[in-house]
Amino acid sequence: MSRHSDTAALEVKGLVKDFHSGGLFSRASVRALGGVDLAIRKGEIVALVGESGSGKSTLARCIARLEKPTEGQIRLNGTDVLKRDRFQASREYRSQLQMVFQDPFGSLNPVHRIEHFLTRSLTLHGKAGTPAQLRTRLDELMTTVGLTPDMLNSYPHELSGGQRQRVAIARALAVEPEVILADEPTSMLDVSVRIGILNLMRKLRDEQGISMLYITHDLASARYLADRIAVMFAGELVEEGESLDLMANPAHPYTRLLVSAVPDPARTGSYDPRERAALRAAVMESVSCAFDGDPQQRCSATEPVRHRVGDPANEHWVRCHLYRPPATAASHALSAEPLDALPEDKASA
Amino acid sequence: MTVSQTSFGSHEPVLEIKDLTVKYRGDTRSTTAVDRVSFSIGTGEIFGLAGESGCGKSTIANAIMRLLRDPAEIAGGSIRFGGKDVLAMGQEELRRFRWQDVAMVFQSAMNSLNPVMTIGHQIVDIYTTHAGYTRKESLRRAAELLELVRIDPARLKSYPHQLSGGMRQRAVIAMAVALKPSLLILDEPTTALDVVVQQEIMAQIKELQRELGFSVLFITHDMSLMVELSHRMAVMYGGRIVETAKARDIHAAPLHPYTQALMGAFPPLTGPRVPLTGLADGVKFSNIADVQEVTPGHFVSPLPVLQGASS
Repeated sequence: MSRHSDTAALEVKGLVKDFHSGGLFSRASVRALGGVDLAIRKGEIVALVGESGSGKSTLARCIARLEKPTEGQIRLNGTDVLKRDRFQASREYRSQLQMVFQDPFGSLNPVHRIEHFLTRSLTLHGKAGTPAQLRTRLDELMTTVGLTPDMLNSYPHELSGGQRQRVAIARALAVEPEVILADEPTSMLDVSVRIGILNLMRKLRDEQGISMLYITHDLASARYLADRIAVMFAGELVEEGESLDLMANPAHPYTRLLVSAVPDPARTGSYDPRERAALRAAVMESVSCAFDGDPQQRCSATEPVRHRVGDPANEHWVRCHLYRPPATAASHALSAEPLDALPEDKASA
Repeated sequence: MTVSQTSFGSHEPVLEIKDLTVKYRGDTRSTTAVDRVSFSIGTGEIFGLAGESGCGKSTIANAIMRLLRDPAEIAGGSIRFGGKDVLAMGQEELRRFRWQDVAMVFQSAMNSLNPVMTIGHQIVDIYTTHAGYTRKESLRRAAELLELVRIDPARLKSYPHQLSGGMRQRAVIAMAVALKPSLLILDEPTTALDVVVQQEIMAQIKELQRELGFSVLFITHDMSLMVELSHRMAVMYGGRIVETAKARDIHAAPLHPYTQALMGAFPPLTGPRVPLTGLADGVKFSNIADVQEVTPGHFVSPLPVLQGASS
C-alpha cells in the first residue's frame, strides 16, 4: 500500500483538549485529548479507532476547527493553521479540509434540493464559474459519487440513507479538498449499503489522491478501508500501524481487547475467557496506562515510550509499559528509555 | 463458539409461526410489513432473524408479544406458543403470557428503565406483580438475579443513571429472565453499545441460555454477531423470509443474492483484503417466492427478480 507519497498532508502534534467541567465557577476540567501526534500522508487513508468516549470525535472536531484545542499544533501542508487563523478556520482552510458527518439525515437541510447544497459550496469557495461550467461541475460531482444528475432536483427526504451520505460526500468534494475527515460516515446507514460508501471513499483516494481520516468504532471496516490504523484510548494514541499487520498482531492490551471483541464467524476458536479477563483487567482496571493515577504504578509514574513492533516497513508502534518484544523479532524502543529498568514481576503481568 | 453447535434443542417447537401477515393500514393505502412469514423455534434453540431496518423483523417480535397497535394489524396466519394460540388469548391470559412465557429485550432497552425508580424497586415490581411474591422474598430474588448477570447486589439501591450503559443493559436482560420465560426475544440488544461491552453482553446471554435453557429469538442486522450466536437463522427482506438455514451453513454458503449482499457487507478480520460489493443503491427484489428446501435444512427463495441498476 504505497500509493501515498511520504509528505504529510495533515499533521497533528501534541494536541491537547481540556473540557471545562462542573459549574460556572468550577475550575475543574476533563482532559479529552492528552497530547496526540498523528500524521496523514498525501493520498493516505488513516483510520482512527476506539470506543465511544475515547476522544476520537474530539480529535476530528479539533482538526476541523469546530473545537479550539487547548495546546498543540495542526499542520496542513506544513503550515500551522492554529497560528495562522487564530480564532476560527479561514475559508482557505475549509477548502483544503472538509468533513463528512455521521448522520446524513441531520446534515442536509430538508427544505433545499440537492442542487442547492452543491451549488452553495461551489459558490462560497469561488469555484462556480459560469452557469454552464457550474452545470457541468454539478453533473460531474453527482457522477463521481455514484448518483445520477437528475437527482439534483430531489429533496433529501426522497433519497435513501446511502444516497444522502453520497450527497454529503459530493458536497465535501465540491471544494476540491486535500483532506476529508469522515466521522463514522457509515454507522447510521443500512448495512448492505455501507460497503458502497467505503468503496467510494477508496475510489476518491485512488483517483483524486485525497487524504482521509476515517473515524470509526468498527475495526473490520477500518481494516478494509484504511492503509494505517491508529488506536485511541482515553484521549491518547496507544498503537498505530499498517492495517493488516496491526489487526493480525495487536500489541497493546486495549487493541487486543478490541480485536478480540469483534464478532468474527471465521475466527478459529473463541478467545479463552481467562485470557479475556486478564486483558480486561489490564485495560479497565488499568495497570498499564498513564491516566491510571496510582502513583505506585510505574505505568502512571512515567510516560510509556513507543516501541516498534515487527517489520519497520509496517510502521507499527505501541506505547505501553507492558509491551515485551518477542525474543526472536528485532524490536527497538523508539526513544531512549531503558527497558530493563522494569522490575521483573511487572514484566510478567 | 462455546455453545455446542450440535444441540439444537429438542424438536418440540416452543414457538410456531405460520403464514404470519402484518399490515399497517393507512387512510389511502396499506403496507404489508410482514408477508406470509413462517418459522419455528425449538426448545433451547437460538434462532436469529436478520435483515435491515424496515424489513419487518421488529414487527414480528411485536406481533409475537401481541404488542402491535393501530394502525398495525395481524391480517393473517397463526402464532402458536407451546401449543396455545397466541392470537386468541384474552387480556388476562396475555398478561401471564408476557414475562412468564415470553420476555422481550427491546432495542436500547437500557433507556426503558424508569429513571426515578431504583433498579431494585423495578425488579421487585416484576416479582410482586407477576409472581405474587412478598416484598422481602422479591428483594432476595432480585439480589440473586443481579448476581446472575454479574452485577453487585448492592446496586439494587442504584438509580439507572448511576449505572453504565452495559450494566443497564445487563440489568434489563436480568429482568427479562426474572420469571424464567421459555422464550426470550432480543431485539437488537447491543446496537447502542461498544464492541467490548457488546461481547460481554452476548457472552452473558449465552451463559444464561445454557444455565436456564430458554429459547431465544435474536433479532439483529449484524450478520457476524448473528452467525456467532445463533444455531439457526432466517434472513428477511421486505417482509418476506428469503433464506433459512443453520447459521454456519448460511455463513459458509449464502444462496440468495440478498443474503450474499448482507454477508458481503461485513469485511473479514483476517485474510487478504478483497474488494466487497454489498448491495448497490436502489437494487430491489420483488415478488419474493416462498422458500424451498435446497439441501436438508437449508431453505431459500428461488429466482429473485432483480430490479434497478446493479453497479
